[in-house]
Amino acid sequence: MALADARAQVLGLRVVPHDPALDRDWLDRLAQGCARYTPLVALDPPDGLILDIAGAAHLFGGEAALAADVEARLERTGMTVRSALGPTADAARALARYPAPPAPDEAAAIRRLPVAALELDAEATRALARAGLRTIGDLASRPMASLAARFGAEAAEALRRLLGDAPSPLAPRLTPPPVAAERRFAEPVASTPHAMGVLAELAGEAIETLAGRGKGGRDFRATFFRSDGLARTIAIETGAPTRDAALVMRLFAERIDALRDPIDPGFGFDMMRLAVPRIEALGASQLRLEGGATRAPAMDELADRLATRLGRGRVRRYRPADTHIPEQAQLELPAIDAPPPQAWPAPAPGEPPLRPFWLFDPPQPIEVIAEVPDGPPHRFRWRRATHAIRRYEGPERIAAEWWRRRDNRGLTRDYYRVEDDRGRRYWLFRHGLYDEKPDPRWYIHGLFA
Amino acid sequence: MRESSSPLAGLRRRVARIAASGGPPGARADGWLASGHAGFDAALGGGLAVGRVHEMFADSLDAASAAAFAALLALRGGGTAPLLWLRTADAARQGGHLYAPGIAELGGDPDRLLLVETGDAKALLAAANDALRCPGSTAVVVESRGRLPALDLTAGRRLALGARDAGTVLLLLRLGAEPVPSVAETRWRIAAAPSRELEANAPGAPAFDLELLRWRAGPAGARWRLEWNRDDQAFRDAALSGAVLPLAPRRALESRGAEAA
Repeated sequence: MALADARAQVLGLRVVPHDPALDRDWLDRLAQGCARYTPLVALDPPDGLILDIAGAAHLFGGEAALAADVEARLERTGMTVRSALGPTADAARALARYPAPPAPDEAAAIRRLPVAALELDAEATRALARAGLRTIGDLASRPMASLAARFGAEAAEALRRLLGDAPSPLAPRLTPPPVAAERRFAEPVASTPHAMGVLAELAGEAIETLAGRGKGGRDFRATFFRSDGLARTIAIETGAPTRDAALVMRLFAERIDALRDPIDPGFGFDMMRLAVPRIEALGASQLRLEGGATRAPAMDELADRLATRLGRGRVRRYRPADTHIPEQAQLELPAIDAPPPQAWPAPAPGEPPLRPFWLFDPPQPIEVIAEVPDGPPHRFRWRRATHAIRRYEGPERIAAEWWRRRDNRGLTRDYYRVEDDRGRRYWLFRHGLYDEKPDPRWYIHGLFA
Repeated sequence: MRESSSPLAGLRRRVARIAASGGPPGARADGWLASGHAGFDAALGGGLAVGRVHEMFADSLDAASAAAFAALLALRGGGTAPLLWLRTADAARQGGHLYAPGIAELGGDPDRLLLVETGDAKALLAAANDALRCPGSTAVVVESRGRLPALDLTAGRRLALGARDAGTVLLLLRLGAEPVPSVAETRWRIAAAPSRELEANAPGAPAFDLELLRWRAGPAGARWRLEWNRDDQAFRDAALSGAVLPLAPRRALESRGAEAA
């Protein structure tokens, strides 16, 4: 139907452009809310959710009660919900999406589904209907080989999945965490301080489990389930595995403090869960002989706190990289997942610093006047100012990494450490030797202290 | 006069309260970032006081020298306490990336460096406030370029209180900016100085021209020319090559320094 036709039929029709990304986001939020029933929630875009409730139904008073609860809760968010239970994910999905006449049990219901439930292409579906095959039961009574020969292996596979003869694996939105603790409330909790108190208890429980396994957590996620069906997850990360409940709570407090949109309890939280999705081995810590714990690595803790507050990519550390190309000799990594420190190249005693304190990346082009073409620079012009060079050392010749290049070439750089008449020290280089390139350019690559 | 007379007793109580809360600005700090140069440290009563804000001004061409001076003061003499370096995201484009191999060449340990990058100047000051309140760092360096209008007296006071409460040092690097009134404990102007010549006219160890523009706890105006000695992890007197230092303010300071030492 064209938009004009629709407008003619319904007065005051409101038109909104379709935004698939926003739909997907909303589906994800609904899925997050459904994590209260089971950790295995899979998205079925554009408008479906599949919950694996094996072993979880009894917590809600049986399968039917659980389904009713899901429907009631999702309808509260303004959604129209159609649910179905099935022995496999594909079967449940087909039962929910395609209306079937009532049946005594699930197997019979599947057999009564229309062939459209196989979701083959339009041509195959039409061919099935023309062959007089209207329901899944009709198809299932035929030999599978002839079905595959006539409609393709795809159709046979879809049928077997629907009947439960072939596996229909579920790709959950989040994999179940190895350690989790949760608490349900008889009455919704509306005050955030109270919720934080409960979170501290959950952290204690989770850490006890971790201690029993000799592990520490790197990643903690607290999920606050609101009674209206939505949920909010707050995650923190640490740079090293930890079993320190006080530290975890401090990081959560930092995180919640730094949130732009504070946690909204709405009508209250009726469930909270603390999951530890990432755990690593952590031995028992030893106390010092003279009493007190060994000094906590201040650096790690500080980095964790700042990353929690400012964002994980904002706080960085430096690690050496094994190359002699200056701009590639350091890696700037998020402090939280930087690898353990490695030794930096040690300077030779008695030498002045040979590498600059600040490095331009990319190097900035300059104009250089040299006495002889191949010789050291005499004066140079950078950022609209001319600098006369009083002292220099060089060249330090750094060749390109030709073994990494397909053409086995690359320009050699001749680096000069220079000092101008005001005492400022610069790192200049000529990009290319005179026999490599006719008129090599000069660049400034760094500033010395 | 009797002690219990109410105005006097009230004043006494007030004085006691102020003393208990850390004292008025300029009270003795419980630590210093020392330079290793005896004259410099003695003149300042030990070095740059911990728990205070220190401002360092530099011309934009001397920016690397001022930044290196701040880094060397903080990283000097080993230890494992981290140095927090805060800058805005566009600082790398304007002034260059901090180069860890260069810090290693100066004798500092780049593993102690934690870089914090923020979007704009406002976020920079907010991050500085957070970073200051995390005890355990050797210093917090905030690198800024230009006027930095977000740093008004209120913001400066907040930073100073944060540093005092947590016992951390804040080094405000003001590159390409002019000094304006602030609550900083000391205010410096830093420039590169010609280095001692090595053989074949090669540039030598880094040298710095320091001028103490303001000091809350004593006379200002002193100048030093210091050279960084990596092998001793200390600053020392640079070679006097041509430039003459004004002696009067130095002498005035030296008598003070002797008394403090």
